[in-house]
Amino acid sequence: MPTREIAGKQVSLDDDGFLVDATDWSKEVAQVLAQEEGIADLTEGHWKVIEFMRADFAEKGAVPTIRRLNKVGGVPTKELYELFPNGPAKKAARIAGLAKPQGCV
Amino acid sequence: MKKLVILGGGTAGTIMANKMSQHLNLDQWQITLIDNDPVHYYQPGYLFIPFGIYGRNDVAKPKRDFIPPSVEFILSKVEMIEPDQNRVKLEDNRVIGYDYLIVATGSHLTPEETEGLTGPGWNKNIFEFYTGEGACRLQKFLKHWAGGKLVVNVVEMPIKCPVAPLEFLFLADWWFTEQGIRDKVDLSFVTPLPGAFTKPKASQILDNFLDKKNIHLVPEFNIGSVDSENNKIVSYDGKQVEYDLLVTVPTNMGSSLIERSGMGDELNFIPTDKHTLQSKAHENVFVIGDATDLPSSKAGSVAHFQADILTENLLRHIEGLPMLERFDGHANCFIESGFGKGLLIDFNYDVEPLPGKFPLPGIGPFSLLEETQMNHFGKMMFRWVYWNLLLKGAELPIEAEMNMAGKRR
Repeated sequence: MPTREIAGKQVSLDDDGFLVDATDWSKEVAQVLAQEEGIADLTEGHWKVIEFMRADFAEKGAVPTIRRLNKVGGVPTKELYELFPNGPAKKAARIAGLAKPQGCV
Repeated sequence: MKKLVILGGGTAGTIMANKMSQHLNLDQWQITLIDNDPVHYYQPGYLFIPFGIYGRNDVAKPKRDFIPPSVEFILSKVEMIEPDQNRVKLEDNRVIGYDYLIVATGSHLTPEETEGLTGPGWNKNIFEFYTGEGACRLQKFLKHWAGGKLVVNVVEMPIKCPVAPLEFLFLADWWFTEQGIRDKVDLSFVTPLPGAFTKPKASQILDNFLDKKNIHLVPEFNIGSVDSENNKIVSYDGKQVEYDLLVTVPTNMGSSLIERSGMGDELNFIPTDKHTLQSKAHENVFVIGDATDLPSSKAGSVAHFQADILTENLLRHIEGLPMLERFDGHANCFIESGFGKGLLIDFNYDVEPLPGKFPLPGIGPFSLLEETQMNHFGKMMFRWVYWNLLLKGAELPIEAEMNMAGKRR
C-alpha cells in the first residue's frame, strides 16, 4: 500500500488513490487531492459538496450517490458535473477522503 | 386473531403469503395480502416478447391463482402506511391494522426522471421492455424495422435484473441475424458502469462476449437528457450518442406509497437490515425483494432466497426469539446469450460470480460463467418452475445460502 507525504503528513492511499484512514483527511489534504484530480482551487461550491458528503457518510455509513447529492444535498447534477468533471461521484469522494463508491449490483 | 399484512403480490409477496400460510397457526393468525393489480406477471419473460418468442399470455396469469385460499386478498391501492400506528390505509379510507407487516411493493420504471426521455420520441423510436405493454410495443416496432443504430441505455443503477440489458443485446444480435439484417444493424450498449456488469470477473467475460458479437460498449455514460429531435442521448458531461432506435432502461424506483409514507430513501427504497430483512425503523415491519435498499441484485431469485430467510426470522421474532437466519446477498441468474445458448451466474454480497458447475459441484448440469445449451434450456424451463413451484413456496434444490462447492477462483 503506497504511503505518501501529502500536505506535510504521511498518508496511506489504496490502489485507486483513496485515503485508507479517513482520519488522515484535512482541508489541506483535500486541496492536494483536488489538484491531482485537475481542480486547481476548491471553491465554495466544491466545499458544499465535500461537506455534505462527509456529513452524510458519518450519518449513513455509505458514500452518497449522485442522486442523493441532488435530492438530499441540494446539488443539481449538472452543477456537480461542472464542479467535478468526468466522474463526479468518484472524484468528489476521493477529495472528501471517503472510500471509493461501491458499484451497485 | 393476530394479523399479518403483506403489501404487494409480486414474486416476493406471493411466496411469503404461501410460506407464512404453511407455517403460521391459522386459528390464531389472519393473513392479508393487498395489491392493486389483479394480474401476476412473470417478469423474466418480458425479455423474450420483443423477439416474438413469448406473447403477453405467456407472462400473465391471475394473482388469485397463486395466493392460498386461506389468505385474504384485497384488491386495492394503498394510500398510506402508518407504521407508528401499526396500520395501513386503503384508497377508500378503509383502515387495516396489523401485528406484523411485510412490505413487498417492488420497484418500477420512472422514465420521467430523465429530461426528454418521455418527449416526442417515446413509443415512436424510444422503447422500454421492463413492462408487458412496453415489451409488446417494442415487438411491433421491431417486426417492421429495416435496421440502423440500436442503442440500449441504462440510465442509472440500481436496476431490476442488471443482466437483462445485456441479454436483450445478445438476443437482438441473434434475432437480426435470423432476419437477415444483422449487417444493417449497429448495436451499442451505453451504461453508467465502467464495464458490462457490476462485478469484475463476470464483467470481463461479458465484455468479451459483447466484443465477439460486435456490440459496442460505451461505459461510464451518465445520461443527462434525450434529444428526441436529433435522435441522440447526451451525458451530463456533454458526451453524445446517436440512435435510430433507443431501448432505454429508465431509473428504477420503489413505490410512491413508500415516499408518501415517509419510509424510503431518495429512490423510495426502504432502509433494511441486509441480513435479517427487518426494516431499520420499525421492529414489526419486514421488507423483501426489490423494495429494500439492500446492495443485492433486484431479481426474482434474490426475492426467492430472501423468502426462506424471512420466513425463519419472522417465525422466530413472533416467538420472541432472536433472529438467527442471515441473508448473504445470494443471487442466481441465467443469462440468455442468443443462438440457443446461455450462461449462468451465482454470487452473493462477498463472492463475485465465479466459473464452475451448478447446482451439483463438479456435475452440473449447469455451467457457471460458460456459454452452454443446457443453461439456455434451464432458462426456458424456469418459467414452468416459477409458475408451478417457486411462487407456491415449494422447496427447490437450491439453498438460500450460496455454496462455494463447485466454484473455481
